[in-house]
Amino acid sequence: MADQALLADDEVDLSRRKFLTRATIATGALGTVFAAVPFIESWSPSERARAQGAPTELDLAKLEPGQMATPVWRRSPIYVVRRTPDMLARIAGHDGELKDPSSQHSEQPAYARNPLRSRTPEFLVLIGTCTHLGCLPKQRFAQGEIYPSWPGGFFCPCHGSRFDLAGRVFDGSPASVNLKVPPYSFPNPRTLLIGADEKGVT
Amino acid sequence: MAVKTASGAPAPLPAAHASGGAVKGLWAWLNKRLPLQEFIDSQLIGYYAPKNFNIWYFFGSLALVVLALQLVSGIFLTMFYKVGELTSFDSVEYIMREVDYGWLIRYLHSTGASAFFIVVYLHMFRALLYGSYRAPRELLWLIGMLLYLTLMAEAFMGYVLPWGNMSFWGAQVIVNLFGTIPGIGPELVIWIRGDYGIADATLNRFFALHVAAIPLALLLLVLLHLVALRQTGSNNPDGIEIKAKLGRDGKPLDGVPFHPYYTVKDTVAVGVFFVLFAIVVFFVPTLGGLFLESPNFEPANPLSTPEHIAPVWYFTPYYAILRAVPDQRLGALLMLLAVVLFLFLPWLDRSPVKSIRYKGWMSRVALTLFAISFLALGYLGLQPAEGLYVVLARIFALVYFLFFLLMPFYTWLDPVKPVPERVTYHAH
Repeated sequence: MADQALLADDEVDLSRRKFLTRATIATGALGTVFAAVPFIESWSPSERARAQGAPTELDLAKLEPGQMATPVWRRSPIYVVRRTPDMLARIAGHDGELKDPSSQHSEQPAYARNPLRSRTPEFLVLIGTCTHLGCLPKQRFAQGEIYPSWPGGFFCPCHGSRFDLAGRVFDGSPASVNLKVPPYSFPNPRTLLIGADEKGVT
Repeated sequence: MAVKTASGAPAPLPAAHASGGAVKGLWAWLNKRLPLQEFIDSQLIGYYAPKNFNIWYFFGSLALVVLALQLVSGIFLTMFYKVGELTSFDSVEYIMREVDYGWLIRYLHSTGASAFFIVVYLHMFRALLYGSYRAPRELLWLIGMLLYLTLMAEAFMGYVLPWGNMSFWGAQVIVNLFGTIPGIGPELVIWIRGDYGIADATLNRFFALHVAAIPLALLLLVLLHLVALRQTGSNNPDGIEIKAKLGRDGKPLDGVPFHPYYTVKDTVAVGVFFVLFAIVVFFVPTLGGLFLESPNFEPANPLSTPEHIAPVWYFTPYYAILRAVPDQRLGALLMLLAVVLFLFLPWLDRSPVKSIRYKGWMSRVALTLFAISFLALGYLGLQPAEGLYVVLARIFALVYFLFFLLMPFYTWLDPVKPVPERVTYHAH
């Protein structure tokens, strides 16, 4: 028999054995990668978390000019400000003091990449967590509220980041980019829908 | 009676175990099946440690004692703690107020966390002093650093579990650091949290990691650390190899058996440690907000950030570096670098001698400035990030990094003193 002949000759096909060893290792490694997928995937937001992350509606009729509402979307407070003409006027004129005045490095949908950072001038919609490390900036809307030349905006109490009334970050703040703008749309003139726009639900 | 040793030759039992027929018999019965005596002989009595150890050499065994304390107190806490965003905070209060001695077990665990870091920082500083990270102990140092990183993860996740307001916002800030990774950052943060914000899912997985996964990793790393130590032997305050001078019996002339010499000596240190530990546990368990921060006695509130967020003291040196940089991505990178640089120490140090005793003035100045910077950054990380504090944090962060980055140069230029043949030892 062939086997006996091989044993008798005490010959081992080393290249064949090496190939088989490597093939076994490769198959095992591939199997390990596939086996890891379900465990890694289990950490993604569950169906329930995703359902709770569905778009949030806000009734704009209840918001007075100059006021801010903070609905919660995806566990973050959303800052919705109904800006007055006076507030809008205070957004212009300090571009030189801003880190990213035209929002080139900041996160926002295309329709909010403008000096007012909004779809319509009147309503400002921002994710209310500081882009530095996630604290909640406080509203400081009045002119000169922080220092005499303060044009009004937001101030983060944690590390002192300052943002204007369009959520754009001032120089000297630890935050590097403007406050984020979530996707949003107006299904009708008095309703704001956060988390969904023409591109669909986020 | 006799037991078989590893070589197969019968060896008589030591006299200490020979008295008492029943005990002797049981011991022999055990050793035929499990090499207990062989382990004691080779690893405790047969392991020779340098005889010139000083006070800095207590902290390794103290770290083991604190690990045991954390495991025992932690296991008991899990018997009463109920993980969940609606139950965690209340169950910790329940432990504090209604479980018999619950307050003690909880304070042992929370004080133990800080004690762990005190002991580990002193243990690491010992390595810096005497060059314990140098060849042939590079891997011992790397395993130790891996232990330190794992311990940091363990402590961070443990701090989230009481679900106080600082737990919540601390988790928010730390998890957001992963968001600064270019490209995958934002996706990664959602994956870590399991939700769009720090939520029940986050708390639940941190609990699983804190009580099961990371402790197992810690135990495995401790084992590897000890095995690597057995392979190279301990360094000592003179930074010379005791294995280089062997007696006629083949044992190091400057070594003494680890047991009973150092087991007894370390036991004294454990006694002193527990006295200090008990003072904190019984009289100042929060240590003025340093070991347990006051905002953490309020439940987590996603809509209210504490006045200023600071991590527990053992992370503040790195936190101060993070905040000193006016760009969050660079800040996170420098913070990571501040920890990672320790890994490169064995290759950054070019000095011909190991111990600070024989290094020159440059290394001494550098190490002193580094220690001052580390402590100063630790203090600044607890203060609000404004005005002078930020300026100081930047200066000390610079000194911190220069200690590592200039090390190849100053250790190479430094005039060193001659190293003695044998360890410096005064009998007492």
